[in-house]
Amino acid sequence: SPLGAKLLEVLSRDSLSEDDWDEIEELLLLADMGAGPAGELLDDLRTEVRVRGLADPAQVRDLLREKLVALVNPDLDRTLNLAGGTDEQGEPLPAVVLVVGVNGAGKTTTVGKLTRVLVAEDKSVLLGAADTFRAAAADQLQTWGARVGVETVRSQRDGADPASVAFDAVKEAKAQGVDVVLVDTAGRLQNKTGLMDELGKVSRVIQKEAPLSEVLLVLDATTGQNGLTQARVFTEVAGVTGIVLTKLDGTAKGGIVVAVQRELGVPVKLVGLGEGPDDLAPFDPDQFVDGLLGDQ
Amino acid sequence: MFATLSDRLTSTFKNLRNKGRLSEADIDATVRQIRRALLDADVAVPVVREFTGRVRERALSAEVSGALNPAQQVVKIVNDELISILGGSARPLSFAKVPPTVIMLAGLQGAGKTTLAGKLALHLREQGHTPLLVAADLQRPNAVTQLSVVGERAGVPVYAPHPGVASELEVPTGDPVQVAIDGVAEARAKVHDVVIIDTAGRLGVDGELMAQAADIRAATNPDEVLFVIDAMIGQDAVTTAKAFLDGVDFTGVVLSKLDGDARGGAALSVASVTGRPIMFASTGEQLRDFEAFYPDRMASRILDM
Ligand SMILES: Nc1nc2c(ncn2[C@@H]2O[C@H](COP(=O)(O)OP(=O)(O)OP(=O)(O)O)[C@@H](O)[C@H]2O)c(=O)[nH]1
Ligand SMILES: Nc1nc2c(ncn2[C@@H]2O[C@H](COP(=O)(O)OP(=O)(O)OP(=O)(O)O)[C@@H](O)[C@H]2O)c(=O)[nH]1
Ligand SMILES: [K+]
Ligand SMILES: [Mg+2]
Ligand SMILES: [Mg+2]
Repeated sequence: SPLGAKLLEVLSRDSLSEDDWDEIEELLLLADMGAGPAGELLDDLRTEVRVRGLADPAQVRDLLREKLVALVNPDLDRTLNLAGGTDEQGEPLPAVVLVVGVNGAGKTTTVGKLTRVLVAEDKSVLLGAADTFRAAAADQLQTWGARVGVETVRSQRDGADPASVAFDAVKEAKAQGVDVVLVDTAGRLQNKTGLMDELGKVSRVIQKEAPLSEVLLVLDATTGQNGLTQARVFTEVAGVTGIVLTKLDGTAKGGIVVAVQRELGVPVKLVGLGEGPDDLAPFDPDQFVDGLLGDQ
Repeated sequence: MFATLSDRLTSTFKNLRNKGRLSEADIDATVRQIRRALLDADVAVPVVREFTGRVRERALSAEVSGALNPAQQVVKIVNDELISILGGSARPLSFAKVPPTVIMLAGLQGAGKTTLAGKLALHLREQGHTPLLVAADLQRPNAVTQLSVVGERAGVPVYAPHPGVASELEVPTGDPVQVAIDGVAEARAKVHDVVIIDTAGRLGVDGELMAQAADIRAATNPDEVLFVIDAMIGQDAVTTAKAFLDGVDFTGVVLSKLDGDARGGAALSVASVTGRPIMFASTGEQLRDFEAFYPDRMASRILDM
């Protein structure tokens, strides 16, 4: 790849000049890592290269990769929590997964793909269409569910209260004794306080019926520095437990999640790799770093 | 940490001994601050490089060293340069001499095309036009349903001969290129003076889908091809804009989701890399959240001033 080749070329020069280091920094910037984190990583790398007296470009390169992998942190637990709680009588409750994020990030598609994965694992699933706002949002979710024979709880009316649809979905899931209920929500920009309050209410109302097992924030890999603000605010309002990084099949690298994970400690759990039903995969730190560096 | 570029520059200049005359080192420190502000606003790296180069040159010239307040003078230069890249004033839509005027929408997945189709339709209807919406996204689940609802809300008819992917239909049926062609014919037959073609989201690297978009363009010969881009996009803006320029050769840009708090540096990237004007801003989910693009406002937003 051109980026990888460029990096190798830069690092192959005899001694790295100021311009060379700038170029390495630019590679990180191009991946949307952000000027702050990229600068810090560079300083750190330069110091270590000096201290260890590294002269071989290949070694410098390996060290950069190592540092990136460490930043992304392969030790984080990235498994989805799909263990439901129990009610006062000790009866098992469905695992509730709430999916949140800004407009058009890929929430509904992710719910659709995840449904398919769970059905393939022989889990019983119910969908809740708590996006009562966007045109045909519930239809879109229902289509995804119908593909794998999963039912969708929805309101027939546009603009119905999303919290009550979410509540109904979880209640129905309890009544049917399903394993997992996935609740899709409307896209909302994090600076819209009214809509964020509404999301808080959806979350609270669900928890009257059952605890939340996962709150997944869907982040579009093309997102720049605003992604960090998104993650901050959604985590504050809805207690995000995992990130789904979508649209990684494009040319975007999704480097903003490095800052997100570091600042909020919320792990990226899944990645979206296309629009198809099977285009969902567990997040792999090594592969992600290879992507950042343009090695794949 | 300084929140705004003005703050940053003011603090940089505070340390300068001889405020009236800037040394090259002073200018470099200033340019570094500008670089950082632009990067934080998601302006693409190559665009930042070119931009700061130009600002540096102007800052070294007499207009700054002679200025009473060099900090303000540099900010003014930055602002002027930004506005000139973003375009002097928004260009209005071009209409066909012989109707129908064809407007095709294109962009990445989830950028805001279908919503914009409704906004444009309402806007044009209120100006006395008789638009027809054409549902040529047969791929994303219920895209056709979505456009139908949007059309209904805008009070504009929707030409949708194929339902696309919906609950009843697992695989997409129908050919988007044919739908677009038939849509234009339908508009001609029913005397609609504008046709707005909604297309599926596609990635720059998706050769097959990009070719399909090019086919729609070739077959309908649009008066406008509007590239819709999300204001939250980061460094990928350049790659994607270039891919769509090569793929469908768009005539104008619409920046969506500007009601958010992203700085929107992509505006600068796309305008400077493609030379195509940014024509409209999409500023919300409702049909009326749509306005002409204002370069001066955008410049202030990018610089956070
Ligand atoms: N290429 C690609 N496209 C994706 C991916 N995930 C979702 N999409 C597409 O992105 C667009 C938006 O996806 P949705 O699932 O509708 O997004 P959303 O977050 O539910 O959108 P709203 O509910 O309107 O806020 C659709 O065209 C999807 O097909 C992905 O991983 N890769
Ligand atoms: N806040 C805000 N949301 C917007 C704006 N424009 C579109 N949206 C929302 O963004 C999401 C995606 O919009 P769509 O119009 O479906 O985008 P699209 O480009 O047609 O998506 P695909 O057809 O899946 O590629 C929806 O939730 C819209 O309501 C805007 O200007 N501001
Ligand atoms: K990628
Ligand atoms: Mg959705
Ligand atoms: Mg659409």
